Amino acid sequence: MPRFRAKPSSFIAPATVALVTALLIAIPFERSNGDTSGVISFLVSFLTFVAIYAIFTLGLNVQWGYSGVFNFGVLGFFMLGAYTAAIVTKEPASGSFTDYIGGFGGDLNLLPWLSSEQWLPHLVGLAAAAGVAGLVALLLSVTALRLRDDYLAIATIGVAEVLRRVVIEETWLVNGTRGLTGIPRPLGGLVGSTDYKYLLLAICGGFLVLTYFLIERAIRSPWGRVLMALREDEMATEASGKNVFAFKMQSFVMGAAIMGAGGAIYAYASSSLTPEVFTHFFATFLFWAMLILGGSGNNRGAIVGAYVLWGFWTITLQFQSYDLPDLLQTRMPYIRELVLGGLIVAVLLLRPAGLLPQRRQVSIWVERQLRRRPAAPAGSPTEGASSNR
Amino acid sequence: MSVDSTVVLETRELVTGYGELEILHGVSVSVCSGEMVAVIGPNGAGKSTLLKGIFGLLPVQSGAVLLGGADVTGKPPDRLVQNGLSYVPQVENVFPSLTIQENLEMGAFIRRNGVRERIDEVFRLFPDLAKRKGENTGKLSGGQRQMLALARGLMLDPKILLLDEPSAGLSPKLVSAIFERINVVNKAGTAVLLVEQNAREALSLCRRGYVLAMGRNRLEGEASNLLNNEEVGRLYLGA
Amino acid sequence: MILLFLIWAVIDRRDAVVIGVVEGSILALGAVGLTLVYGVLKFAHFAHGDSMMLSAYCAFLLLSGVVSGSRPGVDAEVLPITVSDLPGATTEVWKFSFGYGLLVAMALSALVTSGILVVLDRLVYRRLRQRKSGIVIFSIASLGLAIAIRSLVLMVWGPTPRKYTTTVRENIDLPFDITILADQLFILAAAITVTVLAYILLFRTKLGKAMRAMADNPELALISGIRTELVIALTWALAGGLVAVAGVLLALQAQLDPQLGFVLLLPLFAAAILGGVGNPQGAFFGGMIVGIVQAVVVTFDFLSPGYKFSVAFVILILILLIRPRGLFGARL
Ligand SMILES: Nc1ncnc2c1ncn2[C@@H]1O[C@H](COP(=O)(O)OP(=O)(O)OP(=O)(O)O)[C@@H](O)[C@H]1O
Ligand SMILES: [Mg+2]
Repeated sequence: MPRFRAKPSSFIAPATVALVTALLIAIPFERSNGDTSGVISFLVSFLTFVAIYAIFTLGLNVQWGYSGVFNFGVLGFFMLGAYTAAIVTKEPASGSFTDYIGGFGGDLNLLPWLSSEQWLPHLVGLAAAAGVAGLVALLLSVTALRLRDDYLAIATIGVAEVLRRVVIEETWLVNGTRGLTGIPRPLGGLVGSTDYKYLLLAICGGFLVLTYFLIERAIRSPWGRVLMALREDEMATEASGKNVFAFKMQSFVMGAAIMGAGGAIYAYASSSLTPEVFTHFFATFLFWAMLILGGSGNNRGAIVGAYVLWGFWTITLQFQSYDLPDLLQTRMPYIRELVLGGLIVAVLLLRPAGLLPQRRQVSIWVERQLRRRPAAPAGSPTEGASSNR
Repeated sequence: MSVDSTVVLETRELVTGYGELEILHGVSVSVCSGEMVAVIGPNGAGKSTLLKGIFGLLPVQSGAVLLGGADVTGKPPDRLVQNGLSYVPQVENVFPSLTIQENLEMGAFIRRNGVRERIDEVFRLFPDLAKRKGENTGKLSGGQRQMLALARGLMLDPKILLLDEPSAGLSPKLVSAIFERINVVNKAGTAVLLVEQNAREALSLCRRGYVLAMGRNRLEGEASNLLNNEEVGRLYLGA
Repeated sequence: MILLFLIWAVIDRRDAVVIGVVEGSILALGAVGLTLVYGVLKFAHFAHGDSMMLSAYCAFLLLSGVVSGSRPGVDAEVLPITVSDLPGATTEVWKFSFGYGLLVAMALSALVTSGILVVLDRLVYRRLRQRKSGIVIFSIASLGLAIAIRSLVLMVWGPTPRKYTTTVRENIDLPFDITILADQLFILAAAITVTVLAYILLFRTKLGKAMRAMADNPELALISGIRTELVIALTWALAGGLVAVAGVLLALQAQLDPQLGFVLLLPLFAAAILGGVGNPQGAFFGGMIVGIVQAVVVTFDFLSPGYKFSVAFVILILILLIRPRGLFGARL
């Protein structure tokens, strides 16, 4: 494990965040010739998506950051969650050119006196999304997680790719490449359409905060401490009598469920889904880049990473509206990807701990555990695990 | 035995371990030219760690390793190999998917010429291996594998051979067979630092010995004195 | 079971099997390189497919000198002199759709790709090694490089697929009612030749043996005095050469497409794991099996051809469930 030096470079994180924030305000301001309301709605939609993507980075952090589970198929769980939530909340398919299974939106209005059509299907969709993603993770962990760390990475890429193909090929399932549109928005009937964006930001932000605190609690429980020990030294943890596989499986499933839930939120927020969106680059690599940049093993780092990278992404998108030479203009999307690919390598080489490194207190705890090798850590891990469910 | 008193290998207060875990807290041993020296001690005493530390496989926190008088602390293994040091680890000491012949060739990787001749010489010492030289190593029995590991360590005709429990897990008959080979090698002029669990056999073969415990020197001296030492007898010889 | 499937396929779906053998031989080349990197450096090299694609484009550049110009769809020539300027380089040889220039470009591309991989090792992986990073960090870095390579290719050559030559491809008839494109025969021959060369290198030369030794037991290799950094560089160089030949042959069989790298990743890993990680012969047969199964399965009526590369995934999961060390034994 590389030792990080906290002192000399601790200004990097705030400086990066400040720079991104400044550009995020300045560029739209300049583009819209000083139209503040335009800037505000730009920022609101930006923050909404940061909140959503941060959910994925948090899920990934549970897997990789906290227990070293190597998932290269975020895309798969993302898609599963998004499509599950969509078909749960939508009305049944009707009309030509649309074909999909499910459509329980109407049936789920069980508490009409609380206008439950505004929120109940969405909650059910969210739970279903998390459940389905978790279930697939469970199946995968039985096959691949038992073996080597990197086999799981390959297997998860595979699941993601196969799911993508299924969505495209099986047009009866979720309408193939034509995609799903008109996914009902949560609480959409409560406010006017111009103000809905604020409500949406509140919903996504709220869910992010909720996820954050749940994970923080889980990590601080005895269960979470074992996870940390695992990441530092799998062999030593195993020697101390912990069932390493069970812990890895639990965190893999938990992370996948979070990603599934994130997919649901994404579906609600964007209200339409097409398979083209779900590329490996966007739906897997970007989240990895966010987590590594932010600092794996640190939930706040995961969120900061999402903010900074999505900021970078959005800013470079704005660049495209400037009058650049053709040679650059047409290649902007690729240049952005190149920068991102290079960035991840650079971070691994130059600042492996990321912008916000893993907190020290936990490492100290782990070291103490490792020293008194055979002694079991305080508290019963199974108890901790069940309290997280 | 052509033992003289020039020290060819020496550790001075060696402190090393795994990561931040310190295992050796200052161990000093020395081997003279042509001498065979035993290192004994209970399980987990740090005997294997000592050899790994000498061979540059672990970060040395303090102390020094001297080879032929020159400081080689922390030097990479290929440098040590060039300077006549050779090491046969306790476990995983052969390449299982290579043939016996190929294993020996790998032992002589840095040698530019005379590899074939050297293989023949080594095969004379281990005729059993010669018979099966084209076979994959994965199929060998425990005894043959130890023989091969030893043979690999001899490929560069080293000045000093570090052996980590060459007799571990072998039947008594094979134990004496392998000790006999080691003795032959030593008689031919190679100094040997022999780490052993079989303390009695090791001490009766060697001239001097060290007893390690908890990562520190515990006792040292003439092998015969150690054999008669009451503490050694009680702790390690089962007397 | 696999054997039964193959026998049935040969009898019932001969044409698909022929295509499968051709594609399998290409996969095999890639998988041998992948398994060597996996074996010697111990990490899953996720940039393997993209390196393959890069090398194919590299040969394209050497042949035509063409990159995409300032506007999409408009090409520009950048190289003052190309392989095609060699006398007679583009005259078609025998029934093939290309001249000897393609071979020259392939060889040069192999050199370039080897160089690129060795340099990337120096710049990236070696530093991670010195820091003793976990294998997973290496894999993440390789994924970052994969993305970088792909976007570089997109920047330079644009997203539209390209071809080496546009001449009509001729069929030839072989015994047993087999009809095959002349180009495919070339692919097969080239793949087998290069495999044999790689085999000789690995099993008959000292450095090749050292590579296998390192795949077996890196620490013992170090202890034996094997110059591990040299062996690692050689591994990358060999992988680069194999990848380049595979890439060019694949582009000849299908076409040049920037998405190819990712698409290939699953079949390549399936082949390497099927054959047992670190086991070059295993990877060769693994590649063949994956190629054939893919080609045969898409002839089934109930499966859309879109699933072609998903087949590799199913094979992969099956092998992980049944024999995680591969059919031919892993060296890890
Ligand atoms: N790779 C490792 N990482 C961490 N600790 C280790 C490692 N290898 C050994 N140790 C610890 O170092 C101590 C000394 O081990 P060492 O292998 O040197 O003992 P030894 O004297 O060779 O014992 P044995 O007779 O069993 O071979 C032991 O407490 C062991 O747990
Ligand atoms: Mg030992």
